[in-house]
Amino acid sequence: MKEKKINKEEVRYIAHLARLELSKEEEEKFSRQLREILAYVDKLKEVDTRSVAPTSHVFTLKNIFRKDERKDSLPVEEVLRNAPQQRRTQFQVPRVIE
Amino acid sequence: MNYEVSIGLEVHVELLTKSKLFCGCSTRFGASPNSQTCPVCLGLPGVLPVINKKAVEYTLSTALALNCKASNFSRFARKNYYYPDLPKNYQISQYEEPLARQGYLEFELEGKLRKVEIERVHLEEDAGKLIHGEATENIEEKDMSFVDYNRTGIPLMEIVTFPVISSPEEAYQYLVNLKKIPKYLKVSDCNMEEGSLRCDANISLAPKGEKRGTKAELKNMNSFKEIREGLTSEIKRQSHLLDKGKRIIQETRLWDNKKKKTYPMRSKEWAHDYRYFPEPDLLPLEIEEKWIEELKAKLPELPQTRCQRFIREYSLPPYDAGVLTDSKELADYFEECLKSFPQPKQVSNWIMGEFLRLLKEENITVEEVKVSPTQLGKLLKYLKKGTISGKLAKVIFEEMFKTGRKAKEIIKLQGLKQITNEKSLRKVIDEVLEQTPQAVSDFKKGKGKALGYLVGEVMKKTKGKANPGLVNKLLKEKLSIL
Ligand SMILES: [Zn+2]
Repeated sequence: MKEKKINKEEVRYIAHLARLELSKEEEEKFSRQLREILAYVDKLKEVDTRSVAPTSHVFTLKNIFRKDERKDSLPVEEVLRNAPQQRRTQFQVPRVIE
Repeated sequence: MNYEVSIGLEVHVELLTKSKLFCGCSTRFGASPNSQTCPVCLGLPGVLPVINKKAVEYTLSTALALNCKASNFSRFARKNYYYPDLPKNYQISQYEEPLARQGYLEFELEGKLRKVEIERVHLEEDAGKLIHGEATENIEEKDMSFVDYNRTGIPLMEIVTFPVISSPEEAYQYLVNLKKIPKYLKVSDCNMEEGSLRCDANISLAPKGEKRGTKAELKNMNSFKEIREGLTSEIKRQSHLLDKGKRIIQETRLWDNKKKKTYPMRSKEWAHDYRYFPEPDLLPLEIEEKWIEELKAKLPELPQTRCQRFIREYSLPPYDAGVLTDSKELADYFEECLKSFPQPKQVSNWIMGEFLRLLKEENITVEEVKVSPTQLGKLLKYLKKGTISGKLAKVIFEEMFKTGRKAKEIIKLQGLKQITNEKSLRKVIDEVLEQTPQAVSDFKKGKGKALGYLVGEVMKKTKGKANPGLVNKLLKEKLSIL
């Protein structure tokens, strides 16, 4: 399989989705690093997995449920303790509206 | 030109579990901001979600009622995007492995049976609620938004149709009928005002016989009526463009209910790149046949089936049957009432008339009504026997509705029993005739109207308690010998 090339365009796109601001140098640097990481992961493709089902994790457990029961929530002062800005027990953020 | 319209609907329904989907926080509506949150639903680092079994059951039951096939294997997935209403920066949803697929909903549209195919039913967590500064009086808050995470993590069931709906009216009817199902199953109250039912649409047009055109997504519609209006306005907009040979661009448009038209969403933040991947914090689900069979056995009779049965079994007009089966509670009330008064059409008239009128007037639900179905049955019995007149029955029912007192009690207490005793009626008639010689002589001269006047006088004197038929008969007798 051909290795996937990561160009600067893609790095900028991913950074945008993750709300990260990158400098020109960082774009360069991360393009290179991501290429290296992907090349490393590509090594895994050498293993023949045709008879293995895709797994999302290593446990064989299934159907772990909890009962529909209420538990105490956090006191609202605790909830807001890390909030940089708050008002009337709400988190305050820059205006987002369509 | 005339185009073929393809509409698909995506309905989100909040489930009536006691606790949230992945944590024990309460789901109660209307609590003070952020009072129903915990590290799990706030997305604090290091926490582990655990699936609420009831939410899965509610979703599966609804899917089965919608004729879906439950998946043997199902899994949650992370949907990644940044928005302040989403504290984890991903929503736990389902992607390639929803709980159920391939169902349909049947309903009547303009007298014909329509079948809308459902693509999938899945379970996900709700996001928080954003309140924008413009909603407040405070000027300094105008460029701020406020977040309440109480809603975050409440189980949300998503029901997606294939793009097979061909008109705004059909979309409307689909929604009206779909809404009944979770309500019948008591898994959601489907209240659009409280946001426990929300709907987005996608719509595309194409010349007849050609393959589907580019679709636009429609959001921000707050009632079924607005959905119908939004779709109608979008058909107009798209056909206008197509008529002029222009292309439709794939985009999300928002409904402006004041201007009654759609406009494109400005931001491109919602570029559909959610980078889904299997949720590593949750274990997959293997849904056994036995569980499905158990849930199937527990399904109540569904609205469409019940409506058909009412028409067949009780010889009700389809309109009556439709109204009565609109909610499970009303249909139950009707059938319970029949047990003490087995006259379906009469019971139906009373429920559709007085009962629903008062329900609306008092703004309460069927479950809150103080009159038991048996009591309504008893009242109708008195009416049938002639103990009370139809007019009085309505007065008594209103009293029953407001106080919860029994029909018998009210009749006794207020002396409302119809006077059917001929002797006492004759006495009243004699008095009336004595006091209205003019009317008597008019009658003698052949003026038919005079009789009506005399009947009215007798009714007045008896405060409406006399049996009008009997008064009529006795009056005529008396007048003929005068
Ligand atoms: Zn919580």
